[in-house]
Amino acid sequence: MGNQLSGPVADVAGQSGYAGHPPRMGFFTDTSVCIGCKACEVACKEWNLVPANELELRGTSYDNTGALGANAWRHVAFVEREAPRPPPVDLGMPGSGPPGGQTAAVPEDGMQWLMMSDVCKHCTHAACLDVCPTGSLFRTEFGTVVVQEDICNGCGYCVPACPYGVIEIRPDDGRAWKCTLCYDRLRGGQEPACAKACPTDSIQFGEWDELRERAAARVDALHAAGVSEARLYGADPNDGVGGDGAFFLLLAEPEVYGLPPDPVVTTRDLPSMWRRAGLAALTAAATIAAAFLGSRR
Amino acid sequence: MKRRGEERMVPRVEFRSYYGQPVIKPPAWKSPDVPAYFFLGGLAGASATMAALAELTGRPRLAFAGYLTAGAGAAAGTGALIHDLGRPARFLNMLRMIKLTSPLSVGSWLLAGFSTLAGAAAASTVTGLLPGPAKAAKAGAAVLGPAMMTYPAVLVADTAVPAWHEAHRELPFVFAGAGLASGGALGMLAAPPVEAGPARAMAVVGSALELAGETALRRHGLVAEPYHRGRAGRWFRAGRLLTAAGAVGTLLAGGHRRGAAACGLALLAGSLCTRFAVFEAGRTSARDPKYTVVPQRERLSGQS
Repeated sequence: MGNQLSGPVADVAGQSGYAGHPPRMGFFTDTSVCIGCKACEVACKEWNLVPANELELRGTSYDNTGALGANAWRHVAFVEREAPRPPPVDLGMPGSGPPGGQTAAVPEDGMQWLMMSDVCKHCTHAACLDVCPTGSLFRTEFGTVVVQEDICNGCGYCVPACPYGVIEIRPDDGRAWKCTLCYDRLRGGQEPACAKACPTDSIQFGEWDELRERAAARVDALHAAGVSEARLYGADPNDGVGGDGAFFLLLAEPEVYGLPPDPVVTTRDLPSMWRRAGLAALTAAATIAAAFLGSRR
Repeated sequence: MKRRGEERMVPRVEFRSYYGQPVIKPPAWKSPDVPAYFFLGGLAGASATMAALAELTGRPRLAFAGYLTAGAGAAAGTGALIHDLGRPARFLNMLRMIKLTSPLSVGSWLLAGFSTLAGAAAASTVTGLLPGPAKAAKAGAAVLGPAMMTYPAVLVADTAVPAWHEAHRELPFVFAGAGLASGGALGMLAAPPVEAGPARAMAVVGSALELAGETALRRHGLVAEPYHRGRAGRWFRAGRLLTAAGAVGTLLAGGHRRGAAACGLALLAGSLCTRFAVFEAGRTSARDPKYTVVPQRERLSGQS
């Protein structure tokens, strides 16, 4: 036994009691090639029967989804900001401009347009799973984190526990919902719907170890191409959540995309919390006892 | 004269966010269900322990009031928690497993045990039936009472909400103090002053503990700001004022029937306000990305 509350874990599914399980699976979302088409959002909703969002124009660039939530398991963020623009990445696709990522594609106004498909991180140390009192949230044999909707009683504890603001209660339903990393498709040997639908391979699905190697190589390639802002997010097993099963390549600070810069699983501090509460309870008990011992009639 | 404390300004901070949207989700818990439960649980817990010691030391009316309050408070608190669920019909799933990493799982088992024992003790106190088993129930509820007072502090602290999580060292003492003050206040209201000496002591010491715990929150700077601003700030100031007034009044006039009643009401109200303050501070803290991003940025820049 000996489940760790924080730090790197070599075998996530094994720690949860699986023997002879498949390798840990995850997403590497490379935002440098995201074109903001939202095919991932649509494919996810179609496959997982996620209810439609109300049609709403939010005034936040092309983002009318807003944020991850009970009814948005993929969310494409659109960031428009004044910044030095990285050189365009050659996708090897035909276009009207000069080939091979020439400078003609860079606009003169110095605007930077970032797009990023966000998703549940399937943390190594998942706070939602740690705090769930019913056992509705569980760790799968693939090392991912899934809600069992037939068990969830809508207590809502997972919602403020998530350091990324992913999981949410669906109002008309009362239960918590989030990305399952297409658990049903994985069990059938298929890749998740969003990765399948992504036309630029911005969303890459695969074995976690292999994806991390691929991501590291991609960052090196971008750095060599002069894109010094490229950085990985969630790929470090020494971070506050023990690394994310779904991690990202970003072109700006995480908070620009609405991500926490240094998330920590809240249960890391749980032993110290219980100790403080125990001490406070003993203080209360001693106070009441002393109140009676010290009072005369 | 320069005032410290309330007037201190946290300097404006520069940070980036995604269109000013929150990073984390605000708690889905409902108000008044959850803050009311924190109040009722603390009141019931303190009352159960107080009642058992009152019976032992020959204070029948204080004991009677304590047993009844513990039973009724636990039942009402359980009702509030079930009402808060998104699927109330599935409340029994709370006892589907025992999970030490979930303060809500630990708390559900604690509440189930405590409310059963406190309910049995209250029923026997009213009806006079089964005095033998009731003795065991009373003792059991008295032992679990202090845990009932402080575990909700862990419940809120074990989240990503900065104003709750970062306050995990102080909140158990705020909750213990508020619980003690409310239990003492109940005793002052329900028992004659000649029996209520221990209740007055509980009220005064509990108030001091609560006020000290709240003052200690200030060391968190920006993260503690939600306790002092807006809606949460109003609950917080009202709670401190009522608690301080109730405690001072108890010292001055707690031995008189009317003084005890007035102070008891003030302390109960103060204890309730404190729970609403903590609850609302968490909501505010979750809604503004500043409270999530800035401390994390500072942590990162401190590392490199």
